[in-house]
Amino acid sequence: MSLTRRRFLGWIGAAGASTVLGSSADASSTVHFKGYADSFAILHDITLCVGCRACETACNKVNELPPPDLPFKDLTVLNQKRRTTAKAFTVVNRFENAKTGSLSPAVFVKKQCNHCLEPACASACFVKAFKKTPEGAVSYDHSVCVGCRYCMVACPFEIPSYEYDNAFSPRVMKCTMCHPRILQGQLPGCVEACPKEAISFGKRKDILNIARERIKKHPERYLDHIYGETEMGGTSWLYISGVPFEQIGMREDLGITPAPELTSGALGAVPIVVGLWPVLLTGIYAISQRKEKVSAEEQALAVAEAVEKTQALAKQKLTGELEKAKKDALKDKDSAIKQAVKKALDDAAAAIVKQEASNV
Amino acid sequence: MEGGFYTLQDFMTYTKGITYLIMIVSLFSITGFWLFLTDRDTDTQSPEHHKTEHH
Amino acid sequence: MSEKTLSVNKTLLTPFNIFAGIVLVIGFFITVLRFTKGLGAVTNLSDNNPWGLWIGFDLLCGVSLAAGGFVTSAAVYIFGMKRYHSAVRPAILTGFLGYALVVFALNYDVGRPWRLPYPFIIQQGTTSLLFEVGACVALYLTVLFIEFTPAVLEWLGLKKARNLVVRLTMLLTIFGVVLSTLHQSSLGALYLIAPSKLHPLWYSTYLPVYFFVSSIIAGLSMVLFESTLSHHYFEDKMDETHLKENTGVTLGFGKAASLVLAGYFTIKIVGLAISNNWHYLTTGYGAWFLLELLGFVALPCFLYAVGVRDKNVKLIRWTALLTVLGIVLNRLNISLIAFNWQLPSSERYFPHWMEIMVSVFIVVVGILVFRFIVTKMPILYEHPDYKGNH
Repeated sequence: MSLTRRRFLGWIGAAGASTVLGSSADASSTVHFKGYADSFAILHDITLCVGCRACETACNKVNELPPPDLPFKDLTVLNQKRRTTAKAFTVVNRFENAKTGSLSPAVFVKKQCNHCLEPACASACFVKAFKKTPEGAVSYDHSVCVGCRYCMVACPFEIPSYEYDNAFSPRVMKCTMCHPRILQGQLPGCVEACPKEAISFGKRKDILNIARERIKKHPERYLDHIYGETEMGGTSWLYISGVPFEQIGMREDLGITPAPELTSGALGAVPIVVGLWPVLLTGIYAISQRKEKVSAEEQALAVAEAVEKTQALAKQKLTGELEKAKKDALKDKDSAIKQAVKKALDDAAAAIVKQEASNV
Repeated sequence: MEGGFYTLQDFMTYTKGITYLIMIVSLFSITGFWLFLTDRDTDTQSPEHHKTEHH
Repeated sequence: MSEKTLSVNKTLLTPFNIFAGIVLVIGFFITVLRFTKGLGAVTNLSDNNPWGLWIGFDLLCGVSLAAGGFVTSAAVYIFGMKRYHSAVRPAILTGFLGYALVVFALNYDVGRPWRLPYPFIIQQGTTSLLFEVGACVALYLTVLFIEFTPAVLEWLGLKKARNLVVRLTMLLTIFGVVLSTLHQSSLGALYLIAPSKLHPLWYSTYLPVYFFVSSIIAGLSMVLFESTLSHHYFEDKMDETHLKENTGVTLGFGKAASLVLAGYFTIKIVGLAISNNWHYLTTGYGAWFLLELLGFVALPCFLYAVGVRDKNVKLIRWTALLTVLGIVLNRLNISLIAFNWQLPSSERYFPHWMEIMVSVFIVVVGILVFRFIVTKMPILYEHPDYKGNH
């Protein structure tokens, strides 16, 4: 596998051109990333929203989206709960007021991409189509998008939508926080259009202070909770409300863990497996090979032993026989000598007797 | 602070990118290392030995 | 194409062939519709339900059920269980086909399939588990292809090339196990990022471990299940070694599956305890979870054990089917049934008939290709020129 220099640099630069090799940051567990200090945020004061849908109108115009099925003036669409779609990056929903238990006064909530500080969509995207910009917007680049829709699975706020009816160039569609307009020094379309100042735009740190101040000044009007300050690690859209967020379609059980942290454990295990599995497997392989070898050797040894044993037995038998033969031979020899000696002695004795008899 | 990381997401993209490179290198070099390790083994029974030579 | 070549010796109009023919025709028309009118025309996918049957079944089930390749080759080549050697080739073939079909199916699901190589050649989204899955699946498909080539090369009579690949077996097997460990677990880890959407009984930080362990179970059970089917339909293709070793393979794999199921059951319980999710067991989802855990994990574990003790090959084979269904149920639970459980029922997903049809179409294509290959190439028997040459 050959990595060209360019591709190698491409991998190195996976974090984007702005990050340089020498930058110092330790493990994510010890370093706290505070986000872009001067990024922008938008505050939605739910108590001020009247549900006029002017923001929806402006959004539609700014983003050059197709005209809606019913005109924006038609407020009957508020009768059902809506979500963001490929044709509407922001929607206003109407909820019963928990304080009065009825629709008077109703509570209106604007919904759009919250532009997370640590976006789940960006963490999930395998082609890096999403990016948290220094201005605060989470941008999307449709020119690289493969259309796997994992961003939609990952998003805890159920925001990204898809052009399912587009066969050749379907895109993921979501609010851009009017990033191009911000870069030009303009306000986002919805902020500019709101007649009630229910949405305000500014630096995130200032916006947080404004929200805190309003809550402090009017504790009877607001609940002491800035939605988006910590949710999923914090978002660039912040909300304050007079009724619990859970009752106006905003989940309060999302936790404060930034999305990238949810998968960092599993991602961290990957290189460990790559590093250690080959070692482990080669070890197991070597052991099983060795076992086989040992058993083969043992078998060979056993065979050799058996052969030796039979041979030894045969040899033993043979030598036994030889010995016997030798012994027999010796015995024969012995007796022959004895006999010869005896005969000689007898002969000698006889001769002596004969001689004595002739002397007398 | 040019060159620093502002978000965990950017930090992870960068570090995981490096990790992927290390993984690619290690997967291929383990073969060579195995060869180096077992090169002088008198016992040439293991098929590993033959195989790595041809890789 | 496979049907034509098969028709030479047998009649074309078997019930299966008629069924397959109809499926292929319908599949062809849906394919045309999908790629000219878009996903919306053939699926029930929505903004709330971006992943449907093609991910839940084709990708998740497809990949886990194709785990037989890595499980068997690891058992034989790494753990040294040489007596299961005849099971390796069919397992690698089904593994390779499985993965190839998964990639084929992905082309239906993603919006712009011609951009599938983008994550590797344009921009690397290294924080995405999907990037990891994609990289591993692509690499593993290559590994499986090379592992499978000896059969093709023997068929084509290319001895030198064949011997070279056989020498690489050990290395390829290790690569295969590493890559399988990674992507099998990462498929589970895909859902780690959505704790607010997946029911707590199924969401767990152990998801990657669960997916990996259950893929071993799926691999073992699929080898058993496939060998049952192969015996039924291709017995004439099997050589003596294959037939002789088969009972041993069945008992050995049954024992292994039972053991791994026991471990899987244990860590599932541990998962409940770690997240303190006991109270969910009394809900409707809890009953469904218990059905999966007791009926499709604990029960097959026990049945496999009984089958192995009694040397009851038939029981083991039926249990393999039960286990495979259990894995399918688990994957569908995580991807579809327990996913988006927070949504009102009106916004939940149910597959369009054309989505189901495409999944059936892909399975049928797989069976046809498998049939073509085992009738042509030395899969279920050893090539006479290379007998005992492993």
